[in-house]
Amino acid sequence: MKSSQLEVNIKPLGDSALIIQLGEGINLTLHQQVKSLSAIISSRPFEGIIEFVPAYNNITVYYNPFLVHNSHPGSNSAYDKVSGHIKKISKQIKLDKKTDARIVTIPVCYGGQFGPDLVNVAALNNLSVEEVITIHTSSECLVYMLGFAPGFPFMGGMDERIATPRRETPRLKIPRGSVGIAGKQTGIYSLETPGGWQIIGGTPLDLFLPKENPPTLLQAGDQIRFVSITPEEYLAYEELKT
Amino acid sequence: MSIKILHQGLMTTIQDLGRYGSQKFGVIVGGAMDSYSLRLGNLLVGNMENEGALEITLYGTTLQFEKETLIAITGGDFLPTINGIPAPLWSPIVVMKDSILKFNTAIKGSRAYVAIAGGIDIPEVMGSKSTYLRASIGGFKGRALQKGDVLPLLHSNNLENENPITYNNNADNWSINYNELINFSKHQEIRVIKGTEFDRFDLESQHKLWMEIFTVSIQSDRMGYRLEGTSLSLSEKFELLSEGVTFGTIQIPPSGQPIILMADRQTTGGYPKIGQVISADLPTLAQLQPTATIQFKEVTLEEAEHAFIQNERKINLIKKAINYKQKN
Repeated sequence: MKSSQLEVNIKPLGDSALIIQLGEGINLTLHQQVKSLSAIISSRPFEGIIEFVPAYNNITVYYNPFLVHNSHPGSNSAYDKVSGHIKKISKQIKLDKKTDARIVTIPVCYGGQFGPDLVNVAALNNLSVEEVITIHTSSECLVYMLGFAPGFPFMGGMDERIATPRRETPRLKIPRGSVGIAGKQTGIYSLETPGGWQIIGGTPLDLFLPKENPPTLLQAGDQIRFVSITPEEYLAYEELKT
Repeated sequence: MSIKILHQGLMTTIQDLGRYGSQKFGVIVGGAMDSYSLRLGNLLVGNMENEGALEITLYGTTLQFEKETLIAITGGDFLPTINGIPAPLWSPIVVMKDSILKFNTAIKGSRAYVAIAGGIDIPEVMGSKSTYLRASIGGFKGRALQKGDVLPLLHSNNLENENPITYNNNADNWSINYNELINFSKHQEIRVIKGTEFDRFDLESQHKLWMEIFTVSIQSDRMGYRLEGTSLSLSEKFELLSEGVTFGTIQIPPSGQPIILMADRQTTGGYPKIGQVISADLPTLAQLQPTATIQFKEVTLEEAEHAFIQNERKINLIKKAINYKQKN
């Protein structure tokens, strides 16, 4: 990946947002491009842009068309003004710039009350429960994006031997901290919500930290390592929090 | 200065214009469903447009004011009364000490707003007073208001500066005209721009989106409006990765029944997006009650932007008129 020009394809998401498409699918190259373009959008303020949301292969930019219209000269539309700005700054991207990933360790108590689907995930993949835990803890996972709920990491890179489709009937309540599998993805429920992922364990860590900045334990680009803990250790973590 | 909740009603929360800047962390925007009514209510009592106010849903909330307070009621018409006497909407009103403001059942719209001069004395969480129910943050203790709650108010000098309707002294009755901004009819033509996946739907579904009438389902809330009616389908199945969505995104889940994402939408979604309601029509959409009907009308991005800018200009004119009235 040399500093060749980034190919950006911009499309409107209504009258107050647009999507910058960088490619298709999930891969590390696109992830790096999303990260670089996010950094440059942050560092080049443009009156009227409110915020942006990076995803696997695109970035959604939210703006106020009235502010854009009033703050920037020209008779073209607010959409044209914002997309013009994005096209201009995307040319300044240095794609060969490598950033070091932060490594975050997540303690997980697998199975039992914390992981009601662990046995099922093992059976569906012709593995023992112990093998599923070993494979999950030796996977190098990457947080591609945050979404769905505050601090919920969409992670890729999990070993495909434990890939499992979502549950046919989603659960109405999944406890906060539940670690789940959906296809080749693994994720952690940051709040109690309904959900369809196969739950294999639980972490005592809080993923959403509304009083801190940034307000989430994990960030897009983080490398994740899971370590197996006992129910006693889980309780010890919980006690440390209070 | 405070307000006491005597009856909670169906659901009343504190909302401002939303929690921006944290969507990349998965934190929802939230905020008032009908942002125009919230902004006008705040302007009527001399607040900043984005001050937190009460958003009351469909029926039943009763409030009591500890001291003389300047308020404005905007949004849907729930036939509100103050001490049993009908209260005016879209006007600044002074309620006397110990007055009881009672909301009945909505005869027009589905959300009423009570803006209070000075604002509500609650902390901002991540830059907003909006209540984020699922995460239990913001608003009053992160939850909907309950009977017995006492909401502390911020001090305001506006009571002396204003020229409001003093309750029981309705001689100088004035109100603002919201008609060009929000429409409260039970059947609406809602303007829509084609969505990012519009072309992935079969031709019949593309056609039906503009031709059919959809009904707002009972299972509609601040997160999304579920629509009932004809089912819409893709030409062929494809997997869409999760990506950013916004207020007014019309997505089609596998059932084929559209869902319009509203104020409390998740930050990202993975269903194909057939359309996008234009921003200028969101307040009107947010005021629709369950069983109301919608027909979508296709407009261009340029028309949507124009409508957005025109409405901002109308709000600015109303703001000037209020300022003038309050000084004279």
